[in-house]
Amino acid sequence: MNAPIVIVGAGQTAAQAAASLRQGGFDGGLVIVGDEPHPPYQRPPLSKKHLAGSFAGERLGLKAETFYTEARIDLRLGATARAIDPRERRLGLADGTRLAYSRLLLATGSRPRALALPGAGLGGVHRLRTRADVARFQGELRPGARLAIVGGGYIGLEVAATARELGLAVTVIEAADRLLSRVVSPVVSRFFHDLHLTHGVAIRTGAGVEALEGDERVTGVRLSTGETLGADMVLVATGGLPNAELAAEAGLAVEDGILVDEACRTSAPGIFAAGDVARFPSRRYGRRIRLESVQNAVDGAKAAAAAMLGESPLYDPVPWFWSDQYDAKLQIAGLSTGYTHAEVEGDPASGSFAVAYRDGGRLLAVDAVNWPRRHMEARRALAEEPPIAVAP
Amino acid sequence: MVKITFVDAGGTARTVEGEVGSTVMETAIRNGVPGIDAECGGACACATCHVYVDEAWREAAGEPEPMEEDMLDFAFDVRPTSRLSCQIRVKETLDGLTVTTPAKQG
Ligand SMILES: Cc1cc2nc3c(=O)[nH]c(=O)nc-3n(C[C@H](O)[C@H](O)[C@H](O)COP(=O)(O)OP(=O)(O)OC[C@H]3O[C@@H](n4cnc5c(N)ncnc54)[C@H](O)[C@@H]3O)c2cc1C
Repeated sequence: MNAPIVIVGAGQTAAQAAASLRQGGFDGGLVIVGDEPHPPYQRPPLSKKHLAGSFAGERLGLKAETFYTEARIDLRLGATARAIDPRERRLGLADGTRLAYSRLLLATGSRPRALALPGAGLGGVHRLRTRADVARFQGELRPGARLAIVGGGYIGLEVAATARELGLAVTVIEAADRLLSRVVSPVVSRFFHDLHLTHGVAIRTGAGVEALEGDERVTGVRLSTGETLGADMVLVATGGLPNAELAAEAGLAVEDGILVDEACRTSAPGIFAAGDVARFPSRRYGRRIRLESVQNAVDGAKAAAAAMLGESPLYDPVPWFWSDQYDAKLQIAGLSTGYTHAEVEGDPASGSFAVAYRDGGRLLAVDAVNWPRRHMEARRALAEEPPIAVAP
Repeated sequence: MVKITFVDAGGTARTVEGEVGSTVMETAIRNGVPGIDAECGGACACATCHVYVDEAWREAAGEPEPMEEDMLDFAFDVRPTSRLSCQIRVKETLDGLTVTTPAKQG
């Protein structure tokens, strides 16, 4: 019964969970297994300051270098977890090691959705999730080069802004009829559309991608209109998928994410999940949700740590998120999905405004652009909304 | 290198070295100073790196920008000397800077 707590994945969720376990008084063995070569680091700068070259890799670390030894954390980097045996409570690693665990936290995060199209494997086709992805991509970023970005979500748009600052010619291709369509209202989409146009980004909305062209290296993007856009490199940024295969293969309940209860417990005893990979019941929104954000990594990890220590946390956060593009800071509080009306506050033309989303009288979310005060107020107001039952 | 002293809410002081060009928040994180969460990593998006700047250093550290002030107003136990440490750049003139961390963040 003295087996350690094992955490799979060495990202922001893992780092916070490990810190919270120690703060919570857990004195036993603590192992983190992560397949990347780096100790847990921040991802947000990867599409922003780090990509721009103004924020060195050493600054990305989430903890002091000495933290892991001082907190007696057995940090195993470059190690991949391959299989879980929930009955024996053992985790198998790719190198054949088998680790016994008393409790297991799955913090495996998410990965970029791959383009299932001809040419997706060509040279010069990139994705952006890890430091290694950035290193590969950065090596090709030359002023004047033509970059096509497939996907007009946050990551695509942040990279567009950074690439413009680096002097590249940038085109954003988005299948929906507007940018950021899954997350913000048309007013906010319009604002960012105009912002990118002003900075010289070409934007093609309502444009499907048929294929990436080229022999060894990509030379262009063929659109559903039949037209081909010339490109020296392509970034695919079409959303994330949870790294839930390990859990699914072990028989845990998985549905676009590892299903957990309000205390981050999966369907298997002793196994917990948090961060990008977990789908949890939100009474705030009356449904199960999966979030990909720093807020959810940090707060989910704290809740999972408490649950692993035998407490009964209720993880039901007010989600929040930010995105930096040029001089614009978008801060989102809540989730606007399913809103019945959206009210604009302030004047988008002034560069500082907000949109409040409601379902009848219930406040669902507020998007604030260059208006942090409105964002923080919204977080408080959202915390006051009464809970709704989540259907099982 | 610039010396920065962090005093926690209980009065314990820790003096560490900060690199010019980085921030007071980063200096705390890299040296494992407790009492600063810095969830957003310095994007001025979370208000969890709140500190009180020692009165003697207030002027040298500078006044918060409007964006920072907005976020600060929502931090725990805000005082006139409150700053978000991610927005204080480490520079030679701050050698000896002393800041106190609040009882809690957020
Ligand atoms: C470019 C970019 C910009 C972002 N910007 C923002 C932002 O501005 N604001 C914001 O709130 N959020 C942002 N995010 C999202 C935020 O970074 C993530 O939500 C957060 O990193 C999730 O943390 P996590 O620990 O759950 O997952 P991850 O950070 O994905 O960590 C999981 C780790 O587990 C590893 N792993 C997976 N499977 C295994 C296995 N079987 N064995 C061993 N290791 C495994 C993965 O390789 C990875 O290292 C951004 C993300 C990216 C990629």
